[in-house]
Amino acid sequence: MVPRKNRRQRQTPQQRQQQRRRQQDLTTFIDYESDARTRQKTHSALSRYFEQQAWVGKAALLQLLQTPLSTLMTAAVIAIALALPTGLFLLLTDLQKIVSNWQGNAQVSLFMKKSISDQEARLLTKKLQTWEEISNASHLSAAQALDEFQQQSGFGDALDILQENPLPAVIIVKLHRSQLITGNIERLTEKLRELPQVDIVQLDFKWIQRLNSFVALGKRGALLLSGLLAVAVLLIIGNTIRLTIHNRRQEILVTKLIGATNQFIRKPFLYAGFWYGLMGAVFAVLLIALLFWLISDPIHRLSVLYNSTFQLSGLGFVGVAYILAIGVVLGLTGSWIAVTRHIHAIEPK
Amino acid sequence: MIKLVNISKRYPGGHEALSNVTCHLQAGEMAFLTGHSGAGKSTLLKLITLIERTTRGEVVLDGENLSRVRRREIPFVRRKIGMVFQDHNLLNDKTVFDNVALPLIISGIPPSETGRRVRAALDKVGLLRKEKQFPITLSTGEQQRVGIARAVVNRPPLLLADEPTGNLDPALSREIMGLFEAFNHIGTTVLIATHDLGLISQLQYRLFTLHEGRLIADGTTQDLNNAA
Ligand SMILES: Nc1ncnc2c1ncn2[C@@H]1O[C@H](COP(=O)(O)OP(=O)(O)OP(=O)(O)O)[C@@H](O)[C@H]1O
Ligand SMILES: [Mg+2]
Repeated sequence: MVPRKNRRQRQTPQQRQQQRRRQQDLTTFIDYESDARTRQKTHSALSRYFEQQAWVGKAALLQLLQTPLSTLMTAAVIAIALALPTGLFLLLTDLQKIVSNWQGNAQVSLFMKKSISDQEARLLTKKLQTWEEISNASHLSAAQALDEFQQQSGFGDALDILQENPLPAVIIVKLHRSQLITGNIERLTEKLRELPQVDIVQLDFKWIQRLNSFVALGKRGALLLSGLLAVAVLLIIGNTIRLTIHNRRQEILVTKLIGATNQFIRKPFLYAGFWYGLMGAVFAVLLIALLFWLISDPIHRLSVLYNSTFQLSGLGFVGVAYILAIGVVLGLTGSWIAVTRHIHAIEPK
Repeated sequence: MIKLVNISKRYPGGHEALSNVTCHLQAGEMAFLTGHSGAGKSTLLKLITLIERTTRGEVVLDGENLSRVRRREIPFVRRKIGMVFQDHNLLNDKTVFDNVALPLIISGIPPSETGRRVRAALDKVGLLRKEKQFPITLSTGEQQRVGIARAVVNRPPLLLADEPTGNLDPALSREIMGLFEAFNHIGTTVLIATHDLGLISQLQYRLFTLHEGRLIADGTTQDLNNAA
């Protein structure tokens, strides 16, 4: 080595010039170093942290928008996977509401034994009215029942041929709303069946109950479906991020070479997952809104037919918040899995 | 600054790329590393930057024994080193400015505070006016200068370069060497691996010569002229 001290001792004009240049260089560097230091003091650690996060987040978003079509497609797939079970769930919840409205009109018909006189039937009706499970009971004598049947069925003349009234007397029992739980209904019908005067107990709302359990089953199915589709979303995001990592292998290598931690390298990919999830969720909300808007007209016409003022409830504020949160969590999780699995393998050689 | 004590490096294939190399580079010194192709120059630089690990012996960088550095701590060692590569390794989808800002961002400086430092570094390599361009729109020499700006923007105490003039014509090579000298003048330790004996024989710096993995000479670049 040629020690620099030696050179400084016998200074030629050239070397004096060189030293001046050295001095200048130093001032430039010290200048911006001290400048950076004063700036550092004015920024709190927290605001620096947030500034960095915002910067990485924005950069990740811009990166996604550089390939708008593929980003859009990924977001659309996520949107469909989120919207499908959610929409189904909302519709079934609305259906459940309608069904429980119908259940309010639920009634039980008690057909009397032939041997029971009108007098006895009326007594029984009075007694039933005092039961706490029952909101109302009314008696229809055999003659009244025939009358009603003749008027409603249009078989009036045909029935005239019969010598004898074939219809039994009926007590129509309306239940309290609180009784409309399966267990209670079973118990009550049993109790009614044990009455000596009663021949047949007929539940007029059996089909509503069946419908109700179908809807409940459907809701359970929708939940299961949403679980499966959540896994699908994880896989989609994970795979997309994996491909991005693969495409940016060179960039990752270079950044590692100049001192980036795995944490630093992971960040933009996590943000990408976040944005995919958020975009997918926003599209899902729009998709559900669109679907509900499309079916709102026929539903309205249907509800007019049924003399009801029923309206679809839609997502609502809480629902929207839920979907966005789920989208973001799935996005972050999917990318986290992909990043953790693939980033360690990329090391400079 | 860098102390290599009896280091050997054997690659998985069994080939011993470096055997028993001992040398010491003081802080503030500038030195060249030369030798035939396959002599182990790149390997030596890779050991300092922890891209590879020594098989035997130890590398001490700035007082820190690198064989004790854990995987997790490697990035923090690399931040003390500015690295210049033959194929410059710039990110093609980022502007010149963003490329040079990267080391600052990595070490946690908020993006709004990088501007002045990046421009000072670009100014030093004479590319201030090209900060908004993308690397592919620059000439090879300019790209190499961007690589140097990126290596020095963090003011690392040590600058390593592996064949930084490998692809350049003589005039450009001299210019690039001039840049390294300028950074050495303001206190940066510089170690450059190169084949370009013609170029370095015009300078006066320390010279390490490797031959088949052994350090066969530790002298000055002037020895090249004497030998000729
Ligand atoms: N990853 C590796 N695995 C196995 N052997 C390797 C590896 N890298 C380098 N080598 C071998 O180690 C020896 C030294 O290689 P190195 O790259 O250090 O040489 P060099 O002096 O930089 O050569 P050049 O001037 O051609 O760049 C060579 O024989 C090479 O084949
Ligand atoms: Mg090499």
